[in-house]
Amino acid sequence: MKTKIITLISYGHFEKEFLQEIAESIEYEFNFPVKLLQRHIDLSTFYDPERKQYDGNALLMKIDSKFSSNSYKTVGLFRVDLYIPILTYIYGQAYLNGQTAIASLFRLKNERYGMEVDEQLLLERFKKEVIHELGHTFGLRHCYLPTCVMVSSTYVEDIDQKEASMCMKCRSTFEELNSLK
Amino acid sequence: MNKVISILIVDDEASVRESLYSWFLEDGYLVECAENAKRALEILENRSFDIVLADIKMPGMDGLEMQRRIKSLNKDSVIIIMTAFASVDTAVRALKDGAYDYITKPFDPDDLSHLIRNATKQISLQTENKVLKDKITNLENVEDIIGNSAAIKKVLKEVESVAQSNSSVIITGESGTGKELIARAIHSNSARKYFPMVSVHCGALTETLLESELFGHEKGAFTGAMYNRKGRFEMADGGTIFLDEIATISTKMQIELLRVLESKKFMRVGGNKEISSDFRVICATNRDLKKMVDNGTFREDLYYRLNVVNIVVPPLRERTEDISLLVDYFIRKYCTSMSRDIISIDTAALKRLEEFEFPGNVRELENMIERAIVIGNGKEIHLKDLPLGKEISGSSVESLDDLENKHVLQILTKYGWNITRAAKALKVDRVTLYNKIKKHNLKQPSK
Repeated sequence: MKTKIITLISYGHFEKEFLQEIAESIEYEFNFPVKLLQRHIDLSTFYDPERKQYDGNALLMKIDSKFSSNSYKTVGLFRVDLYIPILTYIYGQAYLNGQTAIASLFRLKNERYGMEVDEQLLLERFKKEVIHELGHTFGLRHCYLPTCVMVSSTYVEDIDQKEASMCMKCRSTFEELNSLK
Repeated sequence: MNKVISILIVDDEASVRESLYSWFLEDGYLVECAENAKRALEILENRSFDIVLADIKMPGMDGLEMQRRIKSLNKDSVIIIMTAFASVDTAVRALKDGAYDYITKPFDPDDLSHLIRNATKQISLQTENKVLKDKITNLENVEDIIGNSAAIKKVLKEVESVAQSNSSVIITGESGTGKELIARAIHSNSARKYFPMVSVHCGALTETLLESELFGHEKGAFTGAMYNRKGRFEMADGGTIFLDEIATISTKMQIELLRVLESKKFMRVGGNKEISSDFRVICATNRDLKKMVDNGTFREDLYYRLNVVNIVVPPLRERTEDISLLVDYFIRKYCTSMSRDIISIDTAALKRLEEFEFPGNVRELENMIERAIVIGNGKEIHLKDLPLGKEISGSSVESLDDLENKHVLQILTKYGWNITRAAKALKVDRVTLYNKIKKHNLKQPSK
């Protein structure tokens, strides 16, 4: 039987330690081995000059078509500002109960909101976002517990409130859904 | 468990439909999409959605026209209009036509979350309101008034006809016959049913307490009045006030009550502001008020003010054919509340109950059944489970009043109408004894 591996693919420059920390937290949370890959993609084809943002839907579709046959779950990691047509921005996007997700740290940076650079906080926020989007690929929906990683966050302050792990209810749903697969 | 909210997304742009579909799905909503207004209306004819999120500009039928048609299918539909900046004017028109809100494309994720959360709250309030109204409407069936006898049918007919008016009602009947239940039936069949029915047990309160209870009081009106407090008349505004044991109120309270009934205006105890309240009065008593008027213990003017309609609730012994229905009802009621299987009653026990006099009326029967369920074998109620042994034969049933009358007269006669000695023997003070003499209209035999 093929090993179930979660693949994190970074697009653009990320520090090695930063990615390793993300990978460790994912491995810890989902209990699957995590593989790190670096890839290049021509982002200009996903750029909307009017919105000055990158089309999250198209990127998600692209990564899914490229990697879903080789990997159990794949997350594309970006540094650019993502959007979907109907929303002004997104932190990430996933196929519910699917194989692929994307997340960007662009809007997670403190300096975007006029505050001091905080690399540690950025790492924590990004961990939570990646775990959140991966949770969707495992079939988890939004939770209503403010500290659960699966709660919907529309502001960075919401992300800071939650933990980088599932609440007991989401955990048991995850175990249940995962045991069926 | 909370109801899962369903959302129908109507937009001609596939990317919008897909994005919103995923967004709402992740939030746990039930989502469906339609690519145009025609398709949306087809879907809505077969099933309803809590929220319709529709684009205002679509080829063919636009969002405004679709909204009008949806509203004609279900006026409570919550419709949220999606619009571009350029069509905000049209969105405002949609609001005037009954849309819940509008949101400008592209949405801020937080705005969308808030909007849906608020709409969900409105839906749950609407549902709660409907459930509560249904509960109140169910009271109209007065299903708690059990009976098939001609006597109870007559009472129910009177309830029905009097409920629609605003007239004062006096309900008379022995203790335990269900006078308050009849009052509730009148209230819940009346136009006042969505307002409170406030009950006051006049007999349980002293004169000053009753006054403060009925009229309310201002802070500092008397020792212990630490806060302003609304009175029962004020609380019953729009609804009904039920004054139980009306015959027990003092002469002073009778005057005050008459004044309030005439003007529907009063002041709180210690207050100087006149308060108006629109209430209907229903009174109950187990005494003969007319007799009390005749012997001067109840004001005639108040009696006529209250006694616009008189409903007499028959004692249980006059409607024995209802006993089996009542027994069945109480068995179900208590078995359910005690989470037990519904049990039955054996024929001998039921026959004995039908022969019993029930001086305490339906209340006594209810207590008997509750006790039998508690102490019984959990399968069937038998004669031994019913406390019928102490029954007094029909001819010797005497009211407490009659017994008191006899006893007081006996002691007075024994002590040659010496009030001090008789009061001492009865272990009451002299004033109480004088009151008893007055109450029972006892006369010293002429020497």
